[in-house]
Amino acid sequence: MARSAGTIAPPVEALPAVAGRRRRVNWPVVALLAPALILVLLLFIYPLADGIRLSLHTKSGNPFANYGDFFRDARQRDTIWNTLRLALPATLINLAVAIPLAYRMRRVVHFRRLLTGLFVIPMSLGTVLIAQGMLTFFGPAGWFNKTLIALHLVGEPQRLVHNRTGVMISLIISEFPVTFLILLAFASGIDPNLERAAQMLGANTWQRFWRIVFPLMIPGIATAFALSFVATFAVFPSAVMLGQPAGETRVIAIAAWQAAYEQFDYASASAIAIIMAAIEVLVLALVLGARSRFYRGPASGGKG
Amino acid sequence: MSTAVESMPRRERTRPWFLDPSGWLMGAFILFFIALIGGIFFTVLFDSFARTWFGGWLPDAYTTKWYSSAVQEFDLWQVLKVTLIVAITVVVVSLLIGVPAAYALARHDFPGKGLVFLFLLLPIMVPPITYGIPLATLLYERDLAGRLIGVIIANLVPAFPFVIIIMVPFIEQIDPNLERAARILGASPLQVFVRVLLPLAVPGMLAAGLLALVRTIALFELTFLTSGASSQTLVVALYYATSSAGIRTSQSIDAMAVIYMLTTTVLLVLALRFINPTQIVSRTRE
Repeated sequence: MARSAGTIAPPVEALPAVAGRRRRVNWPVVALLAPALILVLLLFIYPLADGIRLSLHTKSGNPFANYGDFFRDARQRDTIWNTLRLALPATLINLAVAIPLAYRMRRVVHFRRLLTGLFVIPMSLGTVLIAQGMLTFFGPAGWFNKTLIALHLVGEPQRLVHNRTGVMISLIISEFPVTFLILLAFASGIDPNLERAAQMLGANTWQRFWRIVFPLMIPGIATAFALSFVATFAVFPSAVMLGQPAGETRVIAIAAWQAAYEQFDYASASAIAIIMAAIEVLVLALVLGARSRFYRGPASGGKG
Repeated sequence: MSTAVESMPRRERTRPWFLDPSGWLMGAFILFFIALIGGIFFTVLFDSFARTWFGGWLPDAYTTKWYSSAVQEFDLWQVLKVTLIVAITVVVVSLLIGVPAAYALARHDFPGKGLVFLFLLLPIMVPPITYGIPLATLLYERDLAGRLIGVIIANLVPAFPFVIIIMVPFIEQIDPNLERAARILGASPLQVFVRVLLPLAVPGMLAAGLLALVRTIALFELTFLTSGASSQTLVVALYYATSSAGIRTSQSIDAMAVIYMLTTTVLLVLALRFINPTQIVSRTRE
């Protein structure tokens, strides 16, 4: 705290017009960024690095024993599969709904602020609260089942909580806003003149979407997919509250938590956390790396 | 999807939405989403005031007794006190660290800037449970976890990068000529920062602060992993209450959930008055 307060002082030393050209180190900029960079190093990179060190610390002498144990034990290994079966469908469903919605709303100016506000509410509620509310709302006597029965869509109450469906619904609800807002930002950044030109040249709505707008939205779709997948892959409280934490929704985060807080085996807990981090970073790097191969011109928005 | 090919773009835009099938679909979906969120919210609200609620559309009779029992059972004042201390400390420290960094990123170009930005955003992109377990292990080793200080340290990790992503576009849109003018008129760098930039950045800082506050209050994993019995925040207390559901009635859990929901929703609505959320997320693609 004291460090950062001190660094507020020297900022405007070099003004924007002059700053970029210089080759030598711009110390005021370094001083402004230093506290933030040090904090990421100390509280994010260092714990992960220390987690790797701890995970390699085994009694048997084989440094990869903890990783080997995880992949040999079917109950542990299956947590990856259990997690993927939640994260992938939830992410794809959200994209399938959010892409057309963002496309349709890219020109809508009325209500936009109200609607984005409405969509953002689930973010503020947090997963624990959504799960608690869902237990009653989607329960056998809840309003959702009552409505379905009243509309004669189903004959008897459906089982929508304490199984995979319940966890998936909670993931869809809590991740939809971010997915939608990312796509909306990209869709509104596409120059409308491109579509007008295509229309003038005889393209219909369908062609305009698939051949003009969709390719330009791919960077946004990739970003939304990566962030949403990573967030859903780390599902934890809702998998416990709305699923079967000992059965089909025993996700990888539950395995890591149990190792650390129930068996106090920090080495294998670290190994599981590192496996989880590796999968997430791999997806982020692959998807966000591939994104840069697509066209990123002025049409994808003046904001970038 | 089946918009007429012949219509000119200008006419397409002015055509009323109710003649457009895709407009209907959009409206229907938005109503469905609102119904889901509203349904969840009102279920919790009704349940918290229900004397009993068996099977019917609405509770059989109403009472406010669950609120007073929630206050006693959950030690609500202690939990609220911890929640506010943690959230406010985290927000203040995040602003002190995040605003200078955002200023440097918004106003200066330097080699490797994209990488620095990505590095600072890593703690937001990687979910908290992933780094939370190694972080908590480390904090327990240093005897910091299980106490208020450990909860604050852990919650800082995703909070200050969040302040940075909101503040960078906000500072970018402040005209740099104002700072230049102040410099030409003889203001020192410190004076420029305190008397020109800071007053202009206050709305952005307020929004960033409020959003970070809401996120910190709603963030479960990091507090769950690092808190002890006397350092639980509202969400963590809520989680423990639901997992010991046999002992506690669902109505008093829901009463606590209502208190929590109202707090975060009011803060969020306040924050949205200052900032446009599409601006924030559009930064994440960099």
